Amino acid sequence: MAGTTHAPRTLAQKVWDDHLVVRGEDGNPDLIYIDLHLVHEVTSPQAFDGLRQAGRPVRRLDLTIATEDHNTPTLNIDKRIADETSRIQIETLRANAEEFGLRLHSLGDIEQGIVHVVGPQLGLTMPGITVVCGDSHTSTHGAFGAMAMGIGTSEVEHVLATQTLSLKPFKTMAINVEGTLRPGVTAKDIILAVIAKIGANGGQGYVLEYRGSAIRALSMEGRMTICNMSIEAGARAGMVAPDETTFAYLKGRPHAPEGANWDAAVEYWRTLVTDDGATFDAEVFLDANELEPFVTWGTNPGQGSSLSAVVPSPDDYSDPNERVAVERALEYMDLVPGTRLKEVEVDAVFMGSCTNSRIEDLRQFASIVRGKKKADGVRVMVVPGSMRVRLEAEAEGLDKVFEEFGAEWRFAGCSMCLGMNPDQLAPGERCASTSNRNFEGRQGKGGRTHLVSPLVAAATAIRGKLSSPSDLTVED
Amino acid sequence: MQKFTTVTGVAVPFRRSSVDTDQIIPAVFLKRVTKTGYDDALFANWRTDPEFILNQPIYSQPKILIAGPNFGTGSSREHAVWALRDFGFDVVLSPKFADIFRGNAGKQGLLTGLISEADCEKLWDALDAQPGVEMTVDLVEKTATLGELTVSFDVDDYTRWRLLEGLDDIGLTLRDEAAITEFEGRRPAWLPTTIPARHA
Repeated sequence: MAGTTHAPRTLAQKVWDDHLVVRGEDGNPDLIYIDLHLVHEVTSPQAFDGLRQAGRPVRRLDLTIATEDHNTPTLNIDKRIADETSRIQIETLRANAEEFGLRLHSLGDIEQGIVHVVGPQLGLTMPGITVVCGDSHTSTHGAFGAMAMGIGTSEVEHVLATQTLSLKPFKTMAINVEGTLRPGVTAKDIILAVIAKIGANGGQGYVLEYRGSAIRALSMEGRMTICNMSIEAGARAGMVAPDETTFAYLKGRPHAPEGANWDAAVEYWRTLVTDDGATFDAEVFLDANELEPFVTWGTNPGQGSSLSAVVPSPDDYSDPNERVAVERALEYMDLVPGTRLKEVEVDAVFMGSCTNSRIEDLRQFASIVRGKKKADGVRVMVVPGSMRVRLEAEAEGLDKVFEEFGAEWRFAGCSMCLGMNPDQLAPGERCASTSNRNFEGRQGKGGRTHLVSPLVAAATAIRGKLSSPSDLTVED
Repeated sequence: MQKFTTVTGVAVPFRRSSVDTDQIIPAVFLKRVTKTGYDDALFANWRTDPEFILNQPIYSQPKILIAGPNFGTGSSREHAVWALRDFGFDVVLSPKFADIFRGNAGKQGLLTGLISEADCEKLWDALDAQPGVEMTVDLVEKTATLGELTVSFDVDDYTRWRLLEGLDDIGLTLRDEAAITEFEGRRPAWLPTTIPARHA
């Protein structure tokens, strides 16, 4: 790690180089060491079954941790899980954890929660490490300057058995966001704007590095929101170089280094920046000063615009494929071109998911709804990302704020982001959601999703129409 | 993974082309949590038909499938290979395979041998003349033999080597285990560990 001289390198290249076990020759992939493997109940069963068949152990139980999140109910968590598939997946994870000796945080445990909320909160996610999980939103952990990637079930088995992955090097893309965000504009609006700009496949084959003064000014929660959605641009990973904000977040966390180890770690972490003179394979620029609250109107995360805009028309698009895609999206979303987005009425508001369910997200939501009542007929669900977040929110009295507002205050999990548990939209229902995917049927068969920030979700829950906090009047 | 050299067993003349992975295993079976036990799921929708070839008693324990072109198109589900393996198949011979299916097969010890359309027809005719007869597939020689009839098949050198050596992806990586262990010895002490668990 030290003592070698290199040509100028990007942050991603540095992390890659420091995890190289075997360099692939003749275009073969490199063998990369994995520092942290996060496991959950959906993508792990066949991986453990494969180990069992081959008589292989988990190589590094001390670099592996599991939580239950995708299938867990957010109500009546002490009752038997009604859905058979969900129950079997969770029971299988418990049996595998027992058999192989894995650390598991089950439903009801104080450390249980969404895997991408739990890792950082325990201080396991650190700058410069490699993180994998059988979940595409693993990109979240890149907020710490880690190289974090979602993988498939066969790769989960491979990491369990070898603690490595065979990977081909990625291209790098700089996402430069300079300027100062206006009040009411947040990290979520930045990433939705980035995806709208480069497209839902614009990041394919790249590791994104988010840079610039607007990124530096963000909290760790904000950076996690941004890196989380890197996959929605098709990118393999997203990263932010670690800085004082990162170190301050980590210091004192349960698994953060202590004493001399802390000093050694910080000294290394400070080297994890893209060198002057390093080149990216692609660069994108975004002016933070000009950003407004953002919302998606379509059925992929790239189909979004400023909340102050109108629903676009397919005729606005010259590319015939895109025109057809927009036409189809508007039909599914039941939206008429030219309609002001702020006139679009919703049936539900979902505040949660690995994108926006951390304490800062809940505080932002609470800051807008405090002392107010939700719009009639709108169902509002607040789902903390972890049991720790739930307890922290309750210690601050946020649960009372939500309940007085008329929202449902739930237990931790992925919940309505993907509706693997009973938290789903009914066919035709429209939802303003702080989650990450607005695909057809994602939140329930026939459900319609508008991706928004916690602040927009809160204002929308008050007015019953897509709104930003600046739309709220004294009467609201 | 078992080392693969030769296989001798009952061959099935599967006179169908463009068999997609949804036919090999319907999506409803993807909810399961195991990597084995999919023998009941193989061609599940077709097996409801008593006339379906795999419902014939002579084909109750087959090892070799001779299929028409474009076998394994569609969804990338690894379950398609698991179902064929669980039913007992070690080999599929076809004039053309879908890429993802073929990649998945090679990693899971299922040999997919490419044969010419003419040889495919010859094998089908020979098998129809003697239903339930055994044939031998030799991966070293890259041949399939049924009585007097011998046809050659194609498989890429890398996949052939892996099958002959019995190496799956993990087995391949573990050939570098010394390098992994050496790397582990160099990792700094401050890197995170999940065990023992620490709490706030």
